Amino acid sequence: MALLEVKNLSISFGGLRAVDDFNVEIEKGCLYGLIGPNGAGKTTVFNLLTGVYKPNEGFVTLDGENITGKKTIDINKAGIARTFQNIRLFKDLSVIDNVKVGLHNHNGYSTLTGIFRLPKYYKVEKQMTEEAMELLKVFDLDSEAETLAANLPYGKQRKLEIARALATKPKLLLLDEPAAGMNPNETQELMNTIRFVREHFDMTILLIEHDMKLVSGICEKLTVLNFGRILCQGETSEVLNNPEVIKAYLGE
Amino acid sequence: MSFLTYLINGISLGSVYALIALGYTMVYGIAKMLNFAHGDVIMVGAFATYTVCSTMGLSPVLGVLVAVVLCTTLGMVIEKIAYKPLRKASSPLAVLITAIGVSYFLQNVALLVFGSNMKSFTSVVPLNSVKLFGGQITISGETIVTIISCIIIMAVLMLFINKTKAGQAMLAVSEDKGAAQLMGINANATITLTFAIGSALAAVAGVLLCSAYPSLTPYTGSMPGIKAFVAAVFGGIGSIPGAFIGGILLGVIENLSKAYISSQLSDAIVFAVLIVVLLVKPTGLLGKNIQEKV
Amino acid sequence: MRQRKLTKTFKSNLITYGMVIAAYVIIQILINTGNISNLLKGLMVPLCTYAILAVSLNLTVGILGELSLGHAGFMCLGAFASAFFSSCMKETSIPPALRFFLAILIGAVVAGIFGVLIGIPVLRLRGDYLAIVTLAFGEIIKNLVNALYVGLDEDGFHFSMKNSMDLNMSDQGRVIINGAQGITGTPKDATFTIGIVLLLITLFIVLNLIYSRDGRAIMSIRDNTIAAESVGINITKYKIMAFSISAALAGVAGVLYAHNLSALTATSKNFGYNMSILFLVFVVLGGIGNIRGSIIAAVVLTLLPELLRGLNDYRMLIYSIVLIAMMLFNWAPKCIEWREKLVSKVKSRRKETKEV
Repeated sequence: MALLEVKNLSISFGGLRAVDDFNVEIEKGCLYGLIGPNGAGKTTVFNLLTGVYKPNEGFVTLDGENITGKKTIDINKAGIARTFQNIRLFKDLSVIDNVKVGLHNHNGYSTLTGIFRLPKYYKVEKQMTEEAMELLKVFDLDSEAETLAANLPYGKQRKLEIARALATKPKLLLLDEPAAGMNPNETQELMNTIRFVREHFDMTILLIEHDMKLVSGICEKLTVLNFGRILCQGETSEVLNNPEVIKAYLGE
Repeated sequence: MSFLTYLINGISLGSVYALIALGYTMVYGIAKMLNFAHGDVIMVGAFATYTVCSTMGLSPVLGVLVAVVLCTTLGMVIEKIAYKPLRKASSPLAVLITAIGVSYFLQNVALLVFGSNMKSFTSVVPLNSVKLFGGQITISGETIVTIISCIIIMAVLMLFINKTKAGQAMLAVSEDKGAAQLMGINANATITLTFAIGSALAAVAGVLLCSAYPSLTPYTGSMPGIKAFVAAVFGGIGSIPGAFIGGILLGVIENLSKAYISSQLSDAIVFAVLIVVLLVKPTGLLGKNIQEKV
Repeated sequence: MRQRKLTKTFKSNLITYGMVIAAYVIIQILINTGNISNLLKGLMVPLCTYAILAVSLNLTVGILGELSLGHAGFMCLGAFASAFFSSCMKETSIPPALRFFLAILIGAVVAGIFGVLIGIPVLRLRGDYLAIVTLAFGEIIKNLVNALYVGLDEDGFHFSMKNSMDLNMSDQGRVIINGAQGITGTPKDATFTIGIVLLLITLFIVLNLIYSRDGRAIMSIRDNTIAAESVGINITKYKIMAFSISAALAGVAGVLYAHNLSALTATSKNFGYNMSILFLVFVVLGGIGNIRGSIIAAVVLTLLPELLRGLNDYRMLIYSIVLIAMMLFNWAPKCIEWREKLVSKVKSRRKETKEV
């Protein structure tokens, strides 16, 4: 059975059907791309999958668990983590604290333990620091652990967002335009990082991207959205050669 | 019949709130700041009229005129000195606290000039009270003038905003300051104009308020200012018709609860109604609901 | 690297505690050597009260990032709940120290419970809407307390919202809360030393909370609510946690306030929105999220009017001008730029002189 199964997912805003009859099946370990022209409804699909919006119709199951219409935090606990198109970091927290917020639900101690600094506080905090540093090393951010997130350069902010999402130990990682605003070198590096994340964490990844080099370079399967509907779905090479897709991207 | 009297007096009080709330709402809409000193501008207006009419013994018309001119100037000066430098501050709280400083400043200047003793304000309204239904209802001249002036001012203001270039500029800046500037609108001038209009309205409100409730101290503007702020939020802050409706409703609720429930608890009731309204409709009666896009 | 960070916050916290303790020691010496006026001596408990209020409000405004203008309401609840308890217990044989300890607990718990009750519905609102609703709650609390009559006789407690006659008590009955006259004869249990201890406890709770797992969750909500939700942070839970702890600490400040006065009334001068705004002034002037700054601002702004006393009528005027000037100096982008230039100039000059 596929890790993520989405069946005829739909949502309307006013009269507009922003996403209409969206279906997808993503196998465990797959690197899946969601592409389409601006305004096609890609981010809306992410928002539906993560519970920011509630769908009008359809079902979402993750690893056999029905997560349709659940709250964002419950969906995160069920195993979906995401990044955002316009970076959303905790900008006044340090880099390592950003990751530690991601670790929040996996390493616990009570409020009173924290206030009275009981032994458990030191034990769990030490453990969280170690875990966070390990993650930061993967993204080459460990030397900047104490920097405020707001002071990181753009490319590193994108990486930190991925690190924070991974800290929640998801089964499925959603990346919303991870290469936006990056130069070709940075994009190349990002592609390597994404591949590494998949191998290292045995992660399933669904990403939205406009950079065709990145999409064709790392995605195994693609879904193309246009005006909220699926235009085409399948292996990357097939999809990119589909005349309908070319038409939607380049116009008549 | 007494219900009708309370209702009419409530509308009158509400008209004053509405005038003050208009100033709050316009400034909020355009400068995105809560001008806590607005209430004290009312007090300055009332003292100006008091000085001209009661101390110098000149005509009430001149008194009102002086109040309006003085408050308009004051509003623009405050904006220029205290608020403008903080418009790009990293926290919106900075300008809020400065506004509180300005409020203290105005109160203490008035305290120095006029002392803390209560002054009795002579009404500027020359009308006698009107008796209706064979004397069962008495409506004071002040009540009538307050309601009528509020309606006229409201109408003129709507015309100004919808029909003139300056008014349209105000709408544009409150919608999106950056975009308005790109279209060639002088945002700074527009903000100054907004402060000027808001303060002029506050002056009128001050004179009307003190004509109806003739006790004047340096702290006179404080509570009506807060109530008007509540009225503005009630109607949906940033919305001009909202401020009008909010003000009237607030005045009516306050007067009726004073009459029928408890005069001591009337403020608590007003605030409780506000809380209920905001919990049901988090942006006020006519406020726009803007959701953050993910 | 990590070790250094820990020691850095640790050091910063130590400075904060040290500053409070040092101030206490210096003032105690001044008091014992008779070098301090009675007027200033009388200000010591209020100073602790306001410092606690500033620190606790900073938890809501600076750490949680929500604007509250009703903090005086929680202080009022703590003050009245504890003064009520102390007045009832005054004639029993309970030792005063235990009585005051219980009073502090009661003040904190009552204010904290109201923090939760008010927080649940209102924390959905944002920004200025939250500000006005909290202001409204503060005013309602003050108004209700003003209209509350409670008496005690051998049948137990009697309540009324009308007047003291309406309590229908027996001849032995004693009115404890007398409407607008409030509570009279609360034992004066609050001392400077207790005030300082309570301030240190407040600091301990707030600082340790901030640098813990829950503190990070609270600050993540402040920085980006949507992102916090996406990594599984329970927004409502942490908002209410921060808000109610902040309310409970304001309640403690209220206990201190009430047990420093022989007559406690709820007026707009002590529990009105003006006071809530004043506490906000402490927080913003001291630096939003800067706990040590809150204490300094609270002390400076409370002492300033007293130090300016020689200027009589002009003191509050000067106070307001100082406030405006400090705000402009601290927050205006142009002033900040100018200050930074000045600092770098001084630094480069120092370098030059060193090189020479």
